[in-house]
Amino acid sequence: MNAVASALKGGSHMAGVPHRGFFARHPESFTLVLIVAVSVIVGSINPNFFELSTVFDILRSSTVTGLFALGVLIVLAAGGIDVSFTAIAVLCMYAITKAVLGYWPEAPFIVIIVSGAIIGTLLGACNGYMVHRLKAPSLIVTIGTQYLLRGFLLTFVGTLFFMVIPQSMDNFGRIALFNYRSATGATAILPASVLVLALAAAVTWFLLNRTLMGRAIYAMGGSLAIAERLGYNVRVVHVFAFGYVGLLAGIGGIVHASTIRLASPFDLVGTELDVIAAVILGGARITGGTGTVSGTLLGVILVTLINNVMILAGVPSTWQKVVIGAFILLAGAVFATRGKK
Amino acid sequence: MKEWFSDRHLVFLVAMNVVVVLLATAVSGGLFIDIDNLQSMGGQVSELGILAIAVMLAMISGNGGIDLSVVALANLAGVVAGLVVPHFFSPDDAPVAFTLGFVGLSLLVGAAGGLINGLLIARGRMTPILATLGTQLLFTGLAVGLTNGSAVRIGYVEALSAIGNETLFNVPIPFLIFIAIVALVGFVLKRSPFGIRLFLMGTNPKAARYAGIPENRMLVFTYTFCGILAAIAGIIIASRTSSAKWDFGSSYLMIAILTVVMAGVKPEGGYGRALCLFFSATTLQVMSSAFNLVGISSFFRDMAWGALLLLSLASSRFDLRAFWPLIRSPG
Repeated sequence: MNAVASALKGGSHMAGVPHRGFFARHPESFTLVLIVAVSVIVGSINPNFFELSTVFDILRSSTVTGLFALGVLIVLAAGGIDVSFTAIAVLCMYAITKAVLGYWPEAPFIVIIVSGAIIGTLLGACNGYMVHRLKAPSLIVTIGTQYLLRGFLLTFVGTLFFMVIPQSMDNFGRIALFNYRSATGATAILPASVLVLALAAAVTWFLLNRTLMGRAIYAMGGSLAIAERLGYNVRVVHVFAFGYVGLLAGIGGIVHASTIRLASPFDLVGTELDVIAAVILGGARITGGTGTVSGTLLGVILVTLINNVMILAGVPSTWQKVVIGAFILLAGAVFATRGKK
Repeated sequence: MKEWFSDRHLVFLVAMNVVVVLLATAVSGGLFIDIDNLQSMGGQVSELGILAIAVMLAMISGNGGIDLSVVALANLAGVVAGLVVPHFFSPDDAPVAFTLGFVGLSLLVGAAGGLINGLLIARGRMTPILATLGTQLLFTGLAVGLTNGSAVRIGYVEALSAIGNETLFNVPIPFLIFIAIVALVGFVLKRSPFGIRLFLMGTNPKAARYAGIPENRMLVFTYTFCGILAAIAGIIIASRTSSAKWDFGSSYLMIAILTVVMAGVKPEGGYGRALCLFFSATTLQVMSSAFNLVGISSFFRDMAWGALLLLSLASSRFDLRAFWPLIRSPG
């Protein structure tokens, strides 16, 4: 009966065990500890790990995941969950690439990314409106839209790969922010697309911490009924939160195609669990009302780190899912995710 | 009879079945209700239907209950049994012992996986979404790791392959298993104390707690049973395809959830009928077979399933009673 009693007191009250309390109050620090632990273990097995190029590699491969994760953070903080953002991203990416190649091959990059953002926002806002109007769990609604959008893409837009992407996207993908030549002569490049992630992180931070909408998002995630009685317009907050994840998904899709110089309609969908895992590992609760930008970014780095370094450590890549699944369960147990309501 | 018609959702689902079957029969010139086609539909609907029952039970238990790990667990059960059992029984010399070992080990893996889910949710106090998301990755990862990503070939084993492919009085055996499970779950939900407690727990967990319902034990039992159902589906899949693979049925989870939502199960918990689930599963199956018949691509079918999921969510929110007088028989 002890478990029930402590649950009634509230999930974050892990009385008695001080270090657990600290991690429950500062979940990011737990993520940071995990990152350091993984780095030290891998570094001791393979000293090549401590290279600037590894940092660049991890930053480069976290860019798109990070963009998605910041959007998922907003939705999770608002008490929802979204699994359709990868479908939004791949729809924006593929449809826009196809349209640009067909009608305006020399379109400037800014036009491409803005149209991705607009389409993504609209699709996301539809999600938000349906979640609000149908009063259904957002997981189920977004599973529906994921299949709807991807089915639409593959049925009506196309199934062929574009091996050649529009020139302006290609150019954007090649801009190097920082060039580094290591002692062994290999060059490591930090692409400029990392700046997009930095900008998105800054905007998301500002939104959550300095605006009324941020307050409303946390309030609604804490308790929908109370937020409604406090006078927050929960419809607007729903549409905003899901619109925001759509916005970042649209941008992320375009950035993704620009970096890998390939637009495939079969890409991205299926990776949404990795992104959600990253946000949860960053300390956001799946029941809503919590989550920070810094924690999310750390979570993304942790997941990317696990994916990238398991090869360096000599672990067969087939075991990645086991490790990420175990980390989710570990994070869930440490942050004690249920108990309120 | 009157009691049957009082559930308008059930009437709606049966009507959907009838309409789709009639349309498909008319379009195909009678081919659709050919015995071969009926048998193949009966075989296919079972594995999905059983997975859907697992998701339904988790959903009924409330508190955002859902089991996202069922498909992963079904595949893991098949993979583990397919890897381990050949070391103990030769499929050629002792097909019956092989089959019994295969079924037993699969059920054991399923029960163990379900038990992990139940303990994480009941004892670990994790939300079901998070716990089953984690175990989904865990089970999939284990299946990938154990097989290095390739399929486990089981080959033709007489008794085992009979489970998935043979018929009894012209009815496919998987379909009989499905019906038996529907009847069992329907009885347990409606008539047994366990079912009544489960509904109460899903409707109002606080009231259930004060009523002295052993919440933790109920949750552990429910999710363990979900795991066993997943293993049964895994056995049927392995027996039908003579192999087991970690990524079999990648869209099964979505279709299982669609089946459950279309069956009128409340996503917030506390309501669900096994009979509705049965007809919801058959509706999807006849629609899917009809799509095949007309040669519609699987991409379009995914899109249609997505739209149908949103529509059935909408239909449970908006009152259909406006249409009700049209269907109800007079008196």
